[in-house]
Amino acid sequence: MSAPIIALIGNPNAGKSSLFNQLTGLRQKTGNFPGVTVDKKSGTWPLDAQTSATVVDLPGVYSIYPKSLDEQVVTDILANPAHPDYPNVAIVVVDASNLHRNLLLFTQVADLGVPAVLALNMLDVAQKQGKDVNAVRLAMRLGIPIVRINARTGEGLDKLKQAVQGQMKEPVLPPSLFFDPADGAAELIAETRKDYTLNSNYLALQYLIQHDGFSFLNQSQRVGLDTLIDRYGFSEQTFQADETITRYKRIAPIVSEAVTEQNAADTPTWSQQLDRFLLHPVWGYTIFAFVLLLIFQAIFAWAQPFMDGIDTGVAWLNGQLKTNLPAGPLTDLLTDGVMAGIGGVLVFVPQIAFLFLLIALLEESGYMARVMVIMDRIMRKFGLNGRSVVPLISGVACAVPAIMATRSIGTRRDRLITILVTPLMSCAARLPIYTILIALVVPDRRILGLFNLQGLALMSLYLLGLVSAIASAAILKLFLRTKETSFFIMELPTFKLPRWNHVALTVWESVRSFVWEAGRVILAISIVLWVLASYGPGNSMEQAETRAREQSATLTGDALQNRIASERLEASYAGQFGHFIEPAIRPLGYDWKIGIALLSSFAAREVFVGTMSTIYSIGGGDGEDDGGITIRERLRQERNPATGGPMYTPALAWSLLVFYVFAMMCMSTLAATQRETKSWKWPAVQLGYMMALAYLAAFATYQLMK
Amino acid sequence: MSKRSVADLKIGERATIQSFNNQLMSLKLLEMGCLPGAEVCLHSKAPLGDPICLKVGGYCLAMRKSEASTMLVE
Repeated sequence: MSAPIIALIGNPNAGKSSLFNQLTGLRQKTGNFPGVTVDKKSGTWPLDAQTSATVVDLPGVYSIYPKSLDEQVVTDILANPAHPDYPNVAIVVVDASNLHRNLLLFTQVADLGVPAVLALNMLDVAQKQGKDVNAVRLAMRLGIPIVRINARTGEGLDKLKQAVQGQMKEPVLPPSLFFDPADGAAELIAETRKDYTLNSNYLALQYLIQHDGFSFLNQSQRVGLDTLIDRYGFSEQTFQADETITRYKRIAPIVSEAVTEQNAADTPTWSQQLDRFLLHPVWGYTIFAFVLLLIFQAIFAWAQPFMDGIDTGVAWLNGQLKTNLPAGPLTDLLTDGVMAGIGGVLVFVPQIAFLFLLIALLEESGYMARVMVIMDRIMRKFGLNGRSVVPLISGVACAVPAIMATRSIGTRRDRLITILVTPLMSCAARLPIYTILIALVVPDRRILGLFNLQGLALMSLYLLGLVSAIASAAILKLFLRTKETSFFIMELPTFKLPRWNHVALTVWESVRSFVWEAGRVILAISIVLWVLASYGPGNSMEQAETRAREQSATLTGDALQNRIASERLEASYAGQFGHFIEPAIRPLGYDWKIGIALLSSFAAREVFVGTMSTIYSIGGGDGEDDGGITIRERLRQERNPATGGPMYTPALAWSLLVFYVFAMMCMSTLAATQRETKSWKWPAVQLGYMMALAYLAAFATYQLMK
Repeated sequence: MSKRSVADLKIGERATIQSFNNQLMSLKLLEMGCLPGAEVCLHSKAPLGDPICLKVGGYCLAMRKSEASTMLVE
């Protein structure tokens, strides 16, 4: 027998994730639900000596009727007993301080016929509000096992385990449906049950109301259900509204019987007091601006020592490899190709870790919900949504997780626009490009004794990204017309102290997936590039070397080696690619060498700096010059063959900078867009508009500054 | 007298929901505990007066004014 599946279900903020971490500890992994891209968190929970259960953490929902894409998966599993993740037992996590709303979901899960255990959580919070919950009485009225737990401290987990085992051996189900749809539509429900061989009236209702969203139904089944609905003149919305009201009516007496409420004084809680401040017209925005500043400070200043450390470490290792391994193409591949690629990935880890640490803290504490509230009105003007704030902020680290974070946006159009503009936010991968080019052409000077010029230049690039993202959203809003009404209904959770183990897990997960996902791509490209730059068609490489020796007979030593290296590069496959696209990029001020870097960074922009260092250093020989300063020096020394002056003029550098602000140079992002929109049209639109923007803006910059 | 809605409440004012004038929106609001007969209290407003935060069923719910205006009060 395969491992039994236990699903965790519950309202957002009911303590589901805490319980998941308590049950599975570090024995958890992130995957995908089959057929959809919603992240599936699962882990193992040892039940007894022989059996380990697989615990699946389902997205938090308020009801079985999904309001956004990530919520869809809950119904998709619970309404389909053939689903590979269909649970043997569902643990419904319930917030005892808000029983009415939490029991709504519970009664729906129970009515679907899933054996359930109710985990009564947050009893301490209820106690503080003067509510005393009698779990025994509640269990009797609901007709299923109830366990009192504290998901934060781990109290009650043994009892929970016993209850789950009991439900697996001999399921106790509630004696009758909490809401029987046959009361209003007996014939329709009976016919649906017969046609689709369903074993519950409530499941039949779900087929009728939600069949468009059920991935497990085929086209003819959907048409069949539509025909039934038409024939009986069934109004889904009216019925669904009735269902919710009826359920609340049934729940009310159960709750009032199980809960004794002392009239707590009606003074505002400290959470409400804090809200007065955080939602204040002046203080609200001031605090948010301060928080953003803190995030940037962390990414750029605090992460720097760690990044330098990683850089030095990789360079040292590379040097060691070069001195200790026998010279030859394999060693070159390992050092110039593989190690350079790995270093390029690892160096971003501190920034990503800091960003996700801060975002996780903001989410955990409950502050992020306030940010969404104060930003909604402004975002709405541009076709976005208060919930777009999180993706846009995350976009400063990496657009891929940012795009995945858009799933919580319930409105299709708001979500689509957010996905399309998020990559314009300058991500961590652009940072090394910005850093090198700014250092090249902007003097390291203070103005007004306060602001560092290079820092200002960097900030202006980030602002350019932000402004263009907002402006693009406003333009997209004009093109994407929709009948669907945008909505923003959201629970404001009370402020809580962050759970540190939870925060640590989140950071670890994001870093791990970044290194693994982005790392593979960068590594592959680095290797391919190294091969393309080291070999040429036929004997062109040898000819180039002979030519170089003949033409520069006066040169000796390093100068000769460099000359040969650059001739060989020009003759290589990569060099020929560069020459091929040179006419197209000449108006932007770029030559064939930059062309190679552009092409190679097409799949991942973080490759740009690595390519530049490979191009300008292949054949250079000594291993210790892989640091950024040396690349910068090489770029500074590069001459423009046409003018004889420096190649990297301010005009060229700014043209490149502006190009990288806009250019959609990231396969992973395009793949994420494709997965999230389930179409090839939107990644194509994204690629098209961003590239056009990049080319035009870089062209304008170069021509104006030249 | 024209119907007042939750969107017309002042901060700290309480009211009882009577009915909805938009069925689609009512589905979402009902699930969150905004039921006919339930008491709501306007707890706070976002800086630009929109969205607003309601106290309903013992917790705090944020929504846009346009959504609040679909809930008519007595």
